[in-house]
Amino acid sequence: MNQHHSPQRASSLSMIITLGVVAMLSGLLVVLTWQLTLAPIQENQRIMIEKAIFQVIPKATQRRTYQIKNNSLTAYDSHKSNTGKNKKNNSALLFYAAYDDQGQLKGIAAEAAAQGYADMVRLLYGYDPQCQCIRGFSVIKMTETPGLGDKILTDQAFLSNFSALDARLDKAHNTLAHRIVTVKHGSKKQAWEIDAISGATITSKAVGKAINQGAEQLLPRLYPYLSQLQTLNASTTKPSHNKKGKQ
Amino acid sequence: MPIKKDNSITADTFLDGIWKENPVFVMLLGMCPVLAVTNSVSNALAMGLATTFVLLCSSGLISLLRHLIPKEVRIATYIVIIATFVTITDYVIQAVSLELYNALGAFIQLIVVNCMILGRAEAYASKHHLLKTIVNSLGMGLGFTFALLCLGSVRELLGNGSLLGYAIFGDSFQPWVVMVLPPGGFIVLGAWLLLFNWLKERKINNTQHSSNTFVKNKGVV
Amino acid sequence: MPVDSISFIFLNAFLINNFVLAMFLGLCPFLGVSGKLNTAWSMGLATSLVMLISSLSAYFINELLVYFQIEFLRLICYIAVIASAVQLVEMSMKKFSPLLFKALGIFLPLITTNCAILGLALFQTNKNYDLAQSLAYSTGAGAGFILAIMLMAGLREKLELANIPNTSQGAAISLMLAGILSLIFMGFAGLGG
Repeated sequence: MNQHHSPQRASSLSMIITLGVVAMLSGLLVVLTWQLTLAPIQENQRIMIEKAIFQVIPKATQRRTYQIKNNSLTAYDSHKSNTGKNKKNNSALLFYAAYDDQGQLKGIAAEAAAQGYADMVRLLYGYDPQCQCIRGFSVIKMTETPGLGDKILTDQAFLSNFSALDARLDKAHNTLAHRIVTVKHGSKKQAWEIDAISGATITSKAVGKAINQGAEQLLPRLYPYLSQLQTLNASTTKPSHNKKGKQ
Repeated sequence: MPIKKDNSITADTFLDGIWKENPVFVMLLGMCPVLAVTNSVSNALAMGLATTFVLLCSSGLISLLRHLIPKEVRIATYIVIIATFVTITDYVIQAVSLELYNALGAFIQLIVVNCMILGRAEAYASKHHLLKTIVNSLGMGLGFTFALLCLGSVRELLGNGSLLGYAIFGDSFQPWVVMVLPPGGFIVLGAWLLLFNWLKERKINNTQHSSNTFVKNKGVV
Repeated sequence: MPVDSISFIFLNAFLINNFVLAMFLGLCPFLGVSGKLNTAWSMGLATSLVMLISSLSAYFINELLVYFQIEFLRLICYIAVIASAVQLVEMSMKKFSPLLFKALGIFLPLITTNCAILGLALFQTNKNYDLAQSLAYSTGAGAGFILAIMLMAGLREKLELANIPNTSQGAAISLMLAGILSLIFMGFAGLGG
């Protein structure tokens, strides 16, 4: 038994002091941990994102992150952003430009997401401005049915859809010339269609939806800046004078 | 004769948590992570170790401070302490392996509401000295990890044909996919509980030759 | 249905990704309180109320944390808010419906450690929902929880009259039932998509 087993209530002061001390101690420990782990965490995130980018844009060795906001293209510094997770920016469009050793643009990568069978499917798709087509995708996060939905990662026939998925813009460069759409297994006829995996239609459709939505949103607004982005050392941080002016 | 508080550390202090008072199979605590992250052995192991770490640190600290915390604010204090260590674990896992972190999802942060940890703090750490608390928490944590591994191995083996990522069965194995999905989690846990209940019943029937005494286990949390 | 819409978010939390049967949250009360339909209903209602309050508070607290760039305190703040919300509901229940308060007994303060409440706050933060979406999400989650616990309670009440082996009584059979329920709810996948 405790020596001071007094039945009286603890004073409000002692309660406040205890809570205060514990709160301060906790805060100290948490802040310390956060400081110590900040650098490794950012490094891990950088590695993960670059792995995905270089997977969808082969032959690229370096990348830069840009955002299009309010009709201007600016370099995006993730260290300056206050949260590690995606903060919902009103109209800022984030994308990655991938270059080879000589500083030539090899492709553009951007994130896209759509609802799959169980939850959202988040992926990164690679866009080749030369052919105006989508050349591949890499799944960032998904919780689809193992053995069925996750076939989108391994099924060769499905992946071959993305050797040159048509993502041309129409004449006015305002929207995609043809909607990217997932069609029933075996009925693909056009270059902008994706042949679904039989038995995993919903997940296949999610990939199609995600890429279509992402491309619809990004490519028209990206078009004015493509010439700027061609080489790495061009000053891409200044706002460009673009005549398009669409949104 | 009055019951004296036992300050000694026995083998039972450690072993209780693993078998007799196993947090999952006997006390039915901490159910949520048990079902959610046991779709593979590596996830189960990581979750078990993370929970054990939080349990050890928080019950250790609480045991150290047990005479200083006024009774009225003890739950609030315990919760803040537990939440602190969970936050620390969360960041450490992110720094060590982002893949593991993404696989475990939000369930790392949900360790803070694992009834086992708060329950231990309230029932044990606040009443026993540091060394005894640590030994007991270690036992509890390992018992929890053991339970997670029981589930994880069955679910991964049947649902994926592998253990720790290494394929056990050949290519012709048709995975029983539902095992790695939510329903499988419920069913496998139910099956394990059935097994343990049966073992317990057999033990009781063997030591009591006169039958007609059946244990009605209501499973109240 | 657009993924961002209120109706889809509600449907998602209610049926497609039911908090109990698909996301494994809120299992302790689900297994512990679902013996009788009445207690199940009261527990479900109390939990949903706490969910709503916590979701709202979590949203505003998160805005504050982000503003001051101290997101690492998120977990501690959320759990503190949830504990307070539970305390609030407990006190108001004691005043306005003492019968209910007695019926729920120890399970009311246990709502604090209900993973569903904290899980709700964390998920809505991760998905960056705005205020309206958060409300839809928490309402859906609460409704889904009530649905799951009522279904289970109904089944278990019937089970009392059934002849099942001793070894499977209690938690074992409840879990098997939950597994079957979860299997049924898998049928909702792809709804509205």
